[in-house]
Amino acid sequence: MAIDQKLADELKSQGVHVTSLEGLINWGRSSSLWPLQFGLACCAIEMIAATMAKYDMARFGAEVFRPSPRQADLMIVAGTVTKKMAPQVVRLYNQMAEPKYVIAMGACAISGGPFKDGYNVLKGVDRYIPVDISIPGCPPRPEALLNGLIALREKIGREKLVGPHRARHADPKGAAQLPVPEFGPHDLQPAFNPDVWSPPTIVRDPDTQ
Amino acid sequence: MTPDVSAILTRLREALPDAMAAHRRNPGPSGQDSLLVAPESLVAVCRFLRDDPALAFDLLTNLTGVDWPDPAKAEAVAVPVEETAAPACGFLETVYHLYSTTRREGPLVLRCRTADRAENVAIPSVVAVYRSAELQEREVYDLFGIVFTGHPDLRRILMWDEFTDHPMRKDYVAPDDYEYEPTPHDEVLEKAKRHYPAAP
Repeated sequence: MAIDQKLADELKSQGVHVTSLEGLINWGRSSSLWPLQFGLACCAIEMIAATMAKYDMARFGAEVFRPSPRQADLMIVAGTVTKKMAPQVVRLYNQMAEPKYVIAMGACAISGGPFKDGYNVLKGVDRYIPVDISIPGCPPRPEALLNGLIALREKIGREKLVGPHRARHADPKGAAQLPVPEFGPHDLQPAFNPDVWSPPTIVRDPDTQ
Repeated sequence: MTPDVSAILTRLREALPDAMAAHRRNPGPSGQDSLLVAPESLVAVCRFLRDDPALAFDLLTNLTGVDWPDPAKAEAVAVPVEETAAPACGFLETVYHLYSTTRREGPLVLRCRTADRAENVAIPSVVAVYRSAELQEREVYDLFGIVFTGHPDLRRILMWDEFTDHPMRKDYVAPDDYEYEPTPHDEVLEKAKRHYPAAP
């Protein structure tokens, strides 16, 4: 139920703020994101720089890096995810409480980046965990991370708490406990989580390829 | 300063007459000669190079592996100075870079070859002489499959324990988890054709 905008503005001028419960909850969530404190590669250095005085991630309420996944609600995957590390990343994601969000920071976390053809590099963390925001760059500058954080805040602000399109954390059956991949003799098993990701189906152009 | 390998070899043969070592010349621009040591003599040679006061190679900075499926290529890179029997089949090789911190000399390059690439891939560990070899030998074991006999804790270090391949070998085949290549060509194009149907 939407309130008349003119009425809301008039009430605001008198010091009375009118909003919906959904808007209030989303405002609270998006304004106090606690990231999980872990870094995997050079992107983590940019992430650290983003929290320091010059860029000051505290302006967006996301400066409280938590050393425990139980207390965190934002996972910033900052760096190359090796296949050896991937089960631990999925396990950390499982240990985080809902609502939880994932930022894939940098080319490696998105796709494997320059190490894509490596024998021990996961070709994108989205093969195992659902990614909300991808930040391209190698590594992305702190401004790019802040921009990704702002985009995530806007995304959280649009979340629905009821109805068919409600957010995962508002759905009693939606809690994400993802299967942790196991170490196989040649590769991780399974090579990706089909519930989260599937290979793109592309049709070749017979003239050019 | 690069050490004089032939002088070191002369001194080595005086002290250790039984040691099997040969001088290899590098015809490339670096001109970095090396000492090819037989596996059975490796530990004794390293101990002598470290303990001899006139040599005092007390620091092992680098220990790595090379896969030579074609033995002729290995002979082209490190040319034998004396007439020696060429290896019959492909083999694995370890390379050691030794420095002397007291005499400010190095690197002295040692090479050591296995008998082949499949069954006889053992090389004695030099951890007892150079402690810095411990992690590097584990890495070479992990990526090349060279077994270092006498190593105190020989396990995989980069890949997981359940992994069975050796990724740095030339014949390693990576898992085929191909997805998308925007501009495929050559080998990648062949791969794309296998994975994706042509437009109808």
